[in-house]
Amino acid sequence: MSAIEGLETAHHHADEHAHHHEAQSFWQKYIFCEDHKVIAKQYLITGILWAVIGITMSVIFRIQLGLPDSNLSWLKPILGGWISDAGKLDPNFYLALVTMHGTIMVFFVLTAGLSGTFSNFLIPLQIGARDMASGFMNMLSYWFFFLASVIMFASLFLQQGPAAGGWVIYPPLSALPQAHPGSGMGMTLWLASMAFFIVSQLLGGINYITTVINLRTRGMSFDRLPLTIWSFLITAVLGLISFPVLLSSVLLLIFDRHFGTSFYLSDIYINGEALPNVGGSPILFQHLFWFLGHPEVYIVLLPALGITSEVIATNSRKPIFGYRAMIASMLGIAFLAFIVWAHHMFVTGMNPFLGSVFMFLTLIIAVPSAVKGFNYITTLWKGNIVFTPGMLFSIGLVSLFVSGGLTGIILGNSALDIQLHDTYFVVAHFHLVMGAASAFGLFAGVYHWFPKMFGRMMNTSLGQVHFWLTFIGIYLVFIPMHYVGIAGFPRRYYQFTSYDFTHKFMDMNMFISVAAIFTFLAQFIFLWNFFYSIFKGRRAPQNPWRSNTLEWTAPVIPGHGNWEGEIPAVYRWSYDYSKPGAKEDFIPQNIPYSQTPESNFPHENELIATEKAIESQNFNDQFKTHH
Amino acid sequence: MYIIIALVALVFIVLTGVVISRLQGVLKSINKTDSEEVETSGNKFNGAMFIVILIGGAVSITWSYLHAREFFLPEASSIHGRRTDDLFWFSMGILTIPFIIVNFLVFFFAWKYQHKKGHRATFYPENHKLELIWTIIPAIVMALLVFTGWKAWSDITAEAPRDAEVIEITGKQFNWIARYGGVDNNKLGDYNYKLIDAQNEVGIDLSDENSFDDFTNPSEMHIPVGRPVLLKIRARDVLHSVFIPHMRVKMDAVPGMPTKFWFVPDKTTADMRAETGNPKFDYEIACTEVCGQGHFSMKMRLIVDDEATYKKWVSEQATFLSTYPEYLAKVPENLKAKAMKYVPAEAATPAADSSATSAGGAGASSSLR
Repeated sequence: MSAIEGLETAHHHADEHAHHHEAQSFWQKYIFCEDHKVIAKQYLITGILWAVIGITMSVIFRIQLGLPDSNLSWLKPILGGWISDAGKLDPNFYLALVTMHGTIMVFFVLTAGLSGTFSNFLIPLQIGARDMASGFMNMLSYWFFFLASVIMFASLFLQQGPAAGGWVIYPPLSALPQAHPGSGMGMTLWLASMAFFIVSQLLGGINYITTVINLRTRGMSFDRLPLTIWSFLITAVLGLISFPVLLSSVLLLIFDRHFGTSFYLSDIYINGEALPNVGGSPILFQHLFWFLGHPEVYIVLLPALGITSEVIATNSRKPIFGYRAMIASMLGIAFLAFIVWAHHMFVTGMNPFLGSVFMFLTLIIAVPSAVKGFNYITTLWKGNIVFTPGMLFSIGLVSLFVSGGLTGIILGNSALDIQLHDTYFVVAHFHLVMGAASAFGLFAGVYHWFPKMFGRMMNTSLGQVHFWLTFIGIYLVFIPMHYVGIAGFPRRYYQFTSYDFTHKFMDMNMFISVAAIFTFLAQFIFLWNFFYSIFKGRRAPQNPWRSNTLEWTAPVIPGHGNWEGEIPAVYRWSYDYSKPGAKEDFIPQNIPYSQTPESNFPHENELIATEKAIESQNFNDQFKTHH
Repeated sequence: MYIIIALVALVFIVLTGVVISRLQGVLKSINKTDSEEVETSGNKFNGAMFIVILIGGAVSITWSYLHAREFFLPEASSIHGRRTDDLFWFSMGILTIPFIIVNFLVFFFAWKYQHKKGHRATFYPENHKLELIWTIIPAIVMALLVFTGWKAWSDITAEAPRDAEVIEITGKQFNWIARYGGVDNNKLGDYNYKLIDAQNEVGIDLSDENSFDDFTNPSEMHIPVGRPVLLKIRARDVLHSVFIPHMRVKMDAVPGMPTKFWFVPDKTTADMRAETGNPKFDYEIACTEVCGQGHFSMKMRLIVDDEATYKKWVSEQATFLSTYPEYLAKVPENLKAKAMKYVPAEAATPAADSSATSAGGAGASSSLR
């Protein structure tokens, strides 16, 4: 602390009383806080609460699908009028549940909860910065997300129910209140909530990018950044380019709904009335939506892959295999993510030639994805693997990512998509590859960085049990779902009794539902472990996983500014695990080559000369303002 | 069927046992104040679990696939459908190889290279040759799959042959309406959404003479076997999607943007009844784009007839004008004579006069909108 205080007289900004006067009010410290670590925890806790709501919804509609004869009267205290007197779920509310499950899980849990938590927490700590480039914007980002959350949450209690046209809210269904009760006030709130959510994402994303580019510590060149930071940076760029397009599509939809425009509406006769709107196109909305929607898949997935890279390398006690190839493949995936959106639209009546183009582009994504998969496997090869819960979830992620990704090659093939589009095959595919895989990334991150977040350890054995139950549960849910999809069962059906071709697989659907409930219950192990360990967990050592990255050089519970005294300088990449000749099986990034002559490679000995230059740089410490 | 449930129960019981035994370990470790080496707790157990999952997973996926196979859709009843099916199973076969290899390696390596005291991992940061190999092999496999898929896709989406039987299908909340070109000229008349009313559900424009012999059917669609059928697809209110699972046909119905899909059905309903051994078998048309409360039950029967039966069925249908002769009022004066042919004789004269005013009035008000 002394070094900081000595320098403090020199500058006058808001930070000053944060570490000068020890007493921060409760509001400044925990609520309207500008510290990246607190904001990260706010995102995490909010994300966890949303996950509980979102997954609970899926359990309710899985009961409806798998156990259609069951009496749901016991849900009346929560769902009230949505359960009929005979104990049946209302079909409109079923659609609302499906819609809100998708919205909540994709945006509020896996975008805000994953990227919001770990980008905020790890970027400053891993690049060696005092905080984000703009703490204020960062705080705004969370509170816009909070506002979006409140609005979305409020919509759940509307008498007509929340939005119910699927999470993709395709107009005209979403544009016409007379088409569905969920398209009334529920959709209005959905759109308002998403508008605020997008603002939140943009504020956050700009901050992440600026921080990574400008605030890296001495010696932290781009080729020494941990892969986590690379993934957060690329994710933020993806979000920054794609979210504004969603905002525009949402705004146009708001215009169509409230101001009588016809961007998405044409030739509609509904409820005994021909609407005056002509000339619009529902397909336009789909193009705009999926221009975000597809990159969104990678916004959700890339941070999980980044976290996995870091956790797998640390716990295999091996450098990540093909560091540069990993970055290149992430860049490749990110670039391709913008030019494949129409593979969600093969059967919308889009020009078939366009379909062929998008098929070619889509299948190219398989190549960088395959490279990532193989690189993870090679990292495991000849490792010395420690099965921490974080590591288990990372290994699980690789398995889910590959298993789910392979069926993407089927769906990306437009000829095959004709039959499989909007069936349970699609549901199984994306739940494995982006839903479960990203959730595993989230779990891996929480287990791995919990000691840094709360200064305590989570219980390892409970974490391992949680992993096995979840991993098995996920496969038990989604492998059978492929069969249901191959049999042609369409998505978003309230029940399967209306058709002869869906008059089978009753037991399979029951199996899926039972497995889903079982997986859901397993998550309570995590919840208990998480909240219990915050208060009662074993005290964490400074570097519990013997990891190389900078955050483990900070105090066990980093204060404001993260490091006491100087920010450490960086001399090497973050993957010097099990280096031949080294004393320990890890060499943190802040150890200069001059201190490790026994393990240096020839080209690294040459780098010793640059260490003086690195040490003398100091321009990135926000607590020092000498320029 | 109960085997599955029993199996699930078994899995759960085993897992519960595992959980309980692990929890005892947990309780023990809670009591211990400081364990000597935290990081490797449970390594043996977790390593072994990977092998258990590997073997258990392989067995249960194989078994469940064999079990589920009998419930898949029967062989496609359309020519392109069998082609995409073959392509699907071919691709699945190819993709099973990396699925097995990757999952085997992940689980096997996790077990094989679990932490051993005093052992050190191999420092192996890169190998360009290896990386090049596993970039190029997937690329080649992709190219193969893309090429076969692209060929199929271009053939399926090519222009429909001229002799195709054209049938219009319109989606609305919550049913489908089929419209046929007619008993005589076999040409679909124009339509306009502003002409839609309670009787004229698809907005047939009676100022077009081709529409005089059009007929509609809101509950079933008949198609001839063995020749191309072109579906002209429309939606009246929100998005719908025509899905004929047995034909492997799917195409969205979009308000304001007509779409189309053509295919060659080559198994009649009777053929399928014989083939499946189910005398009640029927082809069905479903909706696969969420469209509101009744989305899950937007069913239409599809009947594939042999050519003669189909012709006979078409000739027996009552044209729209004969069902609702009052719409004669909407036919322009110069075409009235032509239209009269499709109006039942006894209804023609009075209907043309008496209901003309009311229908005309309704028509005028709706076209003003």
